Amino acid sequence: MQQALRSGVLDAEPVDRVEPRVEQARLAREREVAASRGLPLTIRGLRKSFGGNEVLRGIDLHIPAGQFVAVVGQSGCGKSTLLRLIAGLETIDAGTISFGAETRAEDVRVMFQEPRLLPWARVLSNVEVGLGRDRAAPDAQRRAEQALAEVGLDDKRGQWPATLSGGQKQRVALARALVSHPRVLAFDEPLGALDALTRISMQRLLERVWHDQAFTAILVTHDVAEAVALADRVLVIAEGRVAHDIQVDIARPRRRGSAELAALEGSILRELLQSADDATEL
Amino acid sequence: MSLIDSLPRVRGLRLPRADALVQWLVPLCIILVWQLACVTGFVPVRVLPAPSDVALAGWKLLLSGELARNIWVSFWRAGIGFVIGGGIGFAFGLVNGLSQLSNRLTDTTLQMVRNIPHLALIPLVILWFGIDEEAKLFLVALGVFFPIYLNTLHGIRTVDPQLIEMGRIYGMSNSELFRRVIFPGALPSIFVGLRFALGIMWLTLIVAETIAASSGLGYMAMQAREFMQIDVVVLSILIYALLGKLADSASRVLERLTLSWHPAFQKS
Repeated sequence: MQQALRSGVLDAEPVDRVEPRVEQARLAREREVAASRGLPLTIRGLRKSFGGNEVLRGIDLHIPAGQFVAVVGQSGCGKSTLLRLIAGLETIDAGTISFGAETRAEDVRVMFQEPRLLPWARVLSNVEVGLGRDRAAPDAQRRAEQALAEVGLDDKRGQWPATLSGGQKQRVALARALVSHPRVLAFDEPLGALDALTRISMQRLLERVWHDQAFTAILVTHDVAEAVALADRVLVIAEGRVAHDIQVDIARPRRRGSAELAALEGSILRELLQSADDATEL
Repeated sequence: MSLIDSLPRVRGLRLPRADALVQWLVPLCIILVWQLACVTGFVPVRVLPAPSDVALAGWKLLLSGELARNIWVSFWRAGIGFVIGGGIGFAFGLVNGLSQLSNRLTDTTLQMVRNIPHLALIPLVILWFGIDEEAKLFLVALGVFFPIYLNTLHGIRTVDPQLIEMGRIYGMSNSELFRRVIFPGALPSIFVGLRFALGIMWLTLIVAETIAASSGLGYMAMQAREFMQIDVVVLSILIYALLGKLADSASRVLERLTLSWHPAFQKS
């Protein structure tokens, strides 16, 4: 299926050549999205409070299948709560979240800031955990090995997690999230605890697996540069609502530090600061 | 289906020979100094017999079969008492760690009982059981119950909640969650309890056998005192030291086998 998806994009290329590069990339992406195995996500009137404090005050949102959406906002704006609700880790107070299709638990996966690996299980066993109900299947080990190879750690399968570096642990966590071939993958600041260089290589890895596996990706991050580098679309959350919804129509692969990215990052940061000022005035 | 069996064995299990010998250097020196002190008459034999005399007394007792019989009796009491008390403590620790209701129901009572020194029950236990086996088993079981209970409970309570959440996200059933996340997470703490309990096990047994017994190492020492056989008294004390060390080594081996994932066991 992924084969078909890729060749579809290639076939389309000559027609697109006449169009400007940005437009071409956007169209290619849209076609890819249409053929994606990811799930669309529709959120209506979503509310959530914790002990009288309303964190989400009515979120309305549609994410097409296969889109890469970044969610940014000040700390405490509710972006992590939104992600936990999408992943089914919290109960919904009001509103709906629907995936447009029947989902199994294995279809929606989360990756956290902490790797959350079992220290007493070897790397490969940790990846197998991600198979969910398919853990007992005869091909479980082969699938775990495949996922581990995908994140470039096939040589570490027999190691204890304690022997890995922070970036490697996070890659194992990614393999664990990928092994069930999820159709929606939610990332909660997955690179927040990594150093700058490891972060960049992890960003590339995230982009690559998203491209290869064509799932719908929702990335919660406090790093606007990361958001514009990876996402098709950036949502700014402020005071429990979607304050801005920005399309990132920049062709991939995106060059880190390019003027286009920097300009977009600057304008999003300005909006974030603006909403921060509004919040303090209130 | 566990992968662990098919993967390369852990390095930590191999005890380097030099290290194994080094730890016996100090006890060996003490025995040498002791022997010298006795031979030169610096320590009167009536106060402390020479190690060679102690060894001789041990040899005689060994030939008569008395030593083996007494060691076996003590060992049996310690083992059975430990299994009963440790088993109940472990079960309570598990149940109270996993169930709020059970914890609320029983923890306060257990904490009250814990603060009674179990050896203070000896008079009562003698009244109940006389000097029969039950008395010793009861005391040992009571003694090992608390360290195992408390550390099992603590271990389960302190398992990383993020790992438990992870297990739930990845669809683990309750039993799977216990087997793959909670129990391995509690294991280091359970081992701390185990080693505490082994120490208390010997202590309780010695006291109980010294006061109320008709066999066992403690009884052998008390009887030797009656006949002024100071070498046998010293011999039983040394045997206690050796048995204590043996129990501790056994728990260490077990620890190495089961906690090989732990960073503390991955060096050397």
